Amino acid sequence: MLKVSNLNVHYGVIHAIEDVSVEVNDGEIVTLIGANGAGKTTILHTITGLKKATSGNVVFDNVDLLKEEPSKIVTHGVAHVPEGRHVFVDMTVRENIEMGAYMYKKKDKDKMIAKMDEVFIKFPRLKERQNQLAGTLSGGEQQMLAVGRALMSDPQIILMDEPSMGLSPLLVQEIFSIIKEVNQQGITVLLVEQNAKMALKVANRAYVLETGKIKLSGDADELLNNDEVRKAYLGA
Amino acid sequence: MPKIMKKKYIINIIAVAMVFLLLCLLFDTGLLGRKAAYFNGLVTIGMFYTIIVCSLNLLTGYMGEFSLGHAGFMSIGAYTSAIATTLISDHAELPNIVLYLLAIVIGGLAAAIVGVLVGIPALRLSGDYLCIVTVAVAEIVRVILSNFGIPAITGSATFGKSFAGIAKVSDYHYVFITMVICITVMYCYIRSRYGRALISIREDRIAAAASGINVTKTKVMTFTISAAFAGVAGAIYAHYITTLVPTYFNFSKSSEFLAIVILGGSGSMTGSIVAAPILSALPQLISYVFPEFASYRMLIYAIVLVVVMIFKPSGLFGGKEFSLPNLLLDRNYRKKKVSLDENKA
Repeated sequence: MLKVSNLNVHYGVIHAIEDVSVEVNDGEIVTLIGANGAGKTTILHTITGLKKATSGNVVFDNVDLLKEEPSKIVTHGVAHVPEGRHVFVDMTVRENIEMGAYMYKKKDKDKMIAKMDEVFIKFPRLKERQNQLAGTLSGGEQQMLAVGRALMSDPQIILMDEPSMGLSPLLVQEIFSIIKEVNQQGITVLLVEQNAKMALKVANRAYVLETGKIKLSGDADELLNNDEVRKAYLGA
Repeated sequence: MPKIMKKKYIINIIAVAMVFLLLCLLFDTGLLGRKAAYFNGLVTIGMFYTIIVCSLNLLTGYMGEFSLGHAGFMSIGAYTSAIATTLISDHAELPNIVLYLLAIVIGGLAAAIVGVLVGIPALRLSGDYLCIVTVAVAEIVRVILSNFGIPAITGSATFGKSFAGIAKVSDYHYVFITMVICITVMYCYIRSRYGRALISIREDRIAAAASGINVTKTKVMTFTISAAFAGVAGAIYAHYITTLVPTYFNFSKSSEFLAIVILGGSGSMTGSIVAAPILSALPQLISYVFPEFASYRMLIYAIVLVVVMIFKPSGLFGGKEFSLPNLLLDRNYRKKKVSLDENKA
């Protein structure tokens, strides 16, 4: 479904991503784990067009995403939940969710309302607080809002960038159960995480990224028991 | 259209009409006597200030980018429209209203074209860097105007580094209507989906792009609209003052506009509408009442700015809008406002 092959990305002279190939199949949860600065976020940004690649291919459903504008990529069914809970703090919760439907045309208004109901059913907390400013939400609620906003565009695949960042262990559990739930509805998930343990538990397959290169890849369960991974990322 | 919306429109239209009639009463009936012309001038200048300050607020308040070059766009509008109307009126006798309309359309279009040309490369930058580019653009325009002058193309106006003899067609009736239309257009733009996209870019560029908003396009479009209205203000100015001097459109003019936006409250159209006429007239009025203070007017500006920054850093209106219909129709309006404030805190 999503195929990243031989991707190279530079920041100036720094070679941030070196020959990375990642494949995500329909219906899977695939996770990219790695330390700070390994290039996980860069890969997501390249997929959604926020960062230009030097060479390589990103193909999603036979569409070459590297040639598309970021605003067009969303319309192909790729949603991106950026790192660090990027919500619009001075807008209300409802307005934030509406922004996720920005690509809809005026005639799709019914569809938008239906989608919004869906999101509110999934996140009742957001419905309660729909007229509150997003900046006043707690960290976990903001993360839910960011996920809810991404779901508004009716994506086939959702790219999540460190959804557990800065959240309490309890909320991390909740976010991961949301990820599973989203996946069960048939949305493919590409998850970038530093919390390797949690990520490997929910994922089907995983890639371990180290300073811009894929070090290991395979079934999530296998990696969870891999000695190297355990030592480097699981602290055991 | 829902009934309540209709009611709100009617109230707004009545309010605008009342202000217009009040101005007519003051200036057309000889109520002010000898001083009418003086106050008429203050009001007209206040109105073109309002247009340009609102247009700058579009950038500062809603796009979150500072422009210190709005006097540049204004001068482009002023000079282009002045040259056009002078050429046209040499060849044909046109009624004032037609000449005025031509002036504002040409002035607005010229500034918009320059806005696009500057905006496409410049809006890859943001923050301080964009600000520096806008300063540079305004300075380039000013230096070109003051060094090259305008070739003498017609007989009736004196051309050179300054430009005199422009037809005086900016009658305050026309200017008032223009101002109302300009403000309405800008306000509708902010309330449209493009405006919402614009605000979301200000709030969080990455999240906006991830939601499928074309960041560059939205920014360039806003920059162009802002420049166009600055050009309209320039055209009004040119056809009111009738003499253009390049040094008028200098850096301190640009910073004066920005100061008014900040004072009124960036992100509040109401703030700009209130602050612009008052602050454009205040120095004049002070020097009118106390002639000996005339040279201190810039000082007063600075003091007002400092005081506002200390006591209300978000500006007088601080991003909020005043709505007359809501005040009249919605009993919960005041209450709602308070609860929103609480939410923010």
